[in-house]
Amino acid sequence: MTILVLGINDPWVFSAYILAILSMLLCVVYGALNWNKGGEDEEKQVKEEMEWHKKEKEMEEEELGLWDEEG
Amino acid sequence: MDNNYILLIVIVLIYLFLIGYVGYVAWRRTKSADDYMVAGRETHPFIMALSYGATFISTAAIVGFGGVAGVYGMGLLWLTVLNILVGIFIAFVLFGKRTRKMGHNLKALTFPEFLSRRFNSKFIQYFSGAIIFLGMPLYASVVLIGMARFVETTLGINYSIALIAMAIIVAVYVIFGGIRGVMYTDALQGTIMFIGMIIVLGFIYWITGGIIGGNQALTNLINVVPPNATAAAAATGFTGWTSMPSLGSPFWWTLVSTLILGVGIGVLSQPQLVVRFMTVKSNKELNRAVLIGGIFIFMMTGTAFIVGALSNVYFFNTVGQLAIQVVGGNADNIIPKFISAAMPLWFAYLFMITLLSAAMSTLSAQFHVQGTALGRDIFETITGTKGKSSVLVARAGITIAVIVAVILGFTLPTNIIAVGTAMWFSITAAAFLSMYVFALFWKRSTKVGVISGLVIGALLSIFWLVFEYKKSAAALGICKAITGQTVLIAANPWPTVDSIIIALPIAFVITVVVSLLTKPQPKEQLDKIFRGV
Repeated sequence: MTILVLGINDPWVFSAYILAILSMLLCVVYGALNWNKGGEDEEKQVKEEMEWHKKEKEMEEEELGLWDEEG
Repeated sequence: MDNNYILLIVIVLIYLFLIGYVGYVAWRRTKSADDYMVAGRETHPFIMALSYGATFISTAAIVGFGGVAGVYGMGLLWLTVLNILVGIFIAFVLFGKRTRKMGHNLKALTFPEFLSRRFNSKFIQYFSGAIIFLGMPLYASVVLIGMARFVETTLGINYSIALIAMAIIVAVYVIFGGIRGVMYTDALQGTIMFIGMIIVLGFIYWITGGIIGGNQALTNLINVVPPNATAAAAATGFTGWTSMPSLGSPFWWTLVSTLILGVGIGVLSQPQLVVRFMTVKSNKELNRAVLIGGIFIFMMTGTAFIVGALSNVYFFNTVGQLAIQVVGGNADNIIPKFISAAMPLWFAYLFMITLLSAAMSTLSAQFHVQGTALGRDIFETITGTKGKSSVLVARAGITIAVIVAVILGFTLPTNIIAVGTAMWFSITAAAFLSMYVFALFWKRSTKVGVISGLVIGALLSIFWLVFEYKKSAAALGICKAITGQTVLIAANPWPTVDSIIIALPIAFVITVVVSLLTKPQPKEQLDKIFRGV
């Protein structure tokens, strides 16, 4: 006898259907639980990056002309 | 008819206005913010996730893989599982966080640059740049084909005209707006894609009798259709649209190794996606993006595969034929045909905008990455020249990339979108994935080790595609010209085994062995690179 889950008779296929939904829920739960975590070093890092991006920007302006020619 | 065209023009104009407006706002913001890249790093997680998702999911995924689902059925949903678990969860949580931190330590802006600075090797940068520049036109062209097929079917215009028109729209977009506010326009396009796909998913289950009713109808379909309609597929392992093909059959190998594993795993080392991790300012953004990305990818790929498979029920009930019969054997046309046959015209136009969004967001990233690959990774690294000349080379690179993509759009055979995508994912996985994994997680990996893996992985996967993988070998004809046979080993399952199955494990082993045999990277270098990781 074959079992039908969600109208699908092959366990390999209905488990993919269900796993796809569960994977999405995993992402939702993970994202929700960690919504405010991981921002600790943000300020320090942004400051650092402002510095080297400033340098990078100057370099790119010279090298690529990407930033100044349209604006 | 006239009213229809007015409707079409209104929809397209509203769309272009929205894109233009968002692009302009983004541009204004970047001007007032300290600079463009930092503005990128202060991106809202919603923008970041949708931008990643819209770049990841192209017309190739929706039209190409949706069409493939019309042939292979719902077993393709394993790719959705991998897309979410590997492409979002593992990519963001395990790879993304490390890439962000190390990219910061290495001050890298492109994927080849990241790898080359991690191992202190210029060769890595120009070799990787060359693979991207030479290989990516294939991927870009199948994205274009996906769009052109839809326009051809919906508007009833010639495919060649549709292809060239699409290429021009995208080229203009990439050159004028695509480089600056790209994340913001991506996010808008992602939103449009999301809404379009929700409507299609709801619609198909509504007309086929609900989730269980629709799936059940698809399960029963194999018993209802005349046996001769599925005879050819059944001979290679096909068993139905809601069951997996016979284990080990050619049909099974194509589904599992090329379509599911090739794309499902290959996504980890996609240059245009990895770059996204280097543009967020903290892990918090990545954590939040996991939530949004998970839902987005589920809705995009899940919907495309379910709709592709269920279109068989719709077509069988309405015209008594299977989806693949309705489109004359070209699976690339299944989704376009279904939308234009089953849904109201206004929605077909709206869906065209959805696809245009999907194509533009992916193509702009692809062409941009190809341009920087030629300008920054190859030209600058080899010649040591910086300045105006490398800009010209980068722009020439984008132009060449667009032209090659259009030429391929004319010359590639039908049924190519999904396979072409999968081939590109396989090549990049074989070349970059072992190096990328070890760059992030294994301090003992050495420059010589990863270069060996990179070169052998790349050559092996190209060799396999030219001489053994039947779909590509037959299309290229090189093996036939040299040996007189279509493929080197004709015995099953080898002609249908994807190159990722062969080249990726070998590249991994070689990287490990050669690394262990060569001198480790100096500790002070590693400390700097892994600082805070």
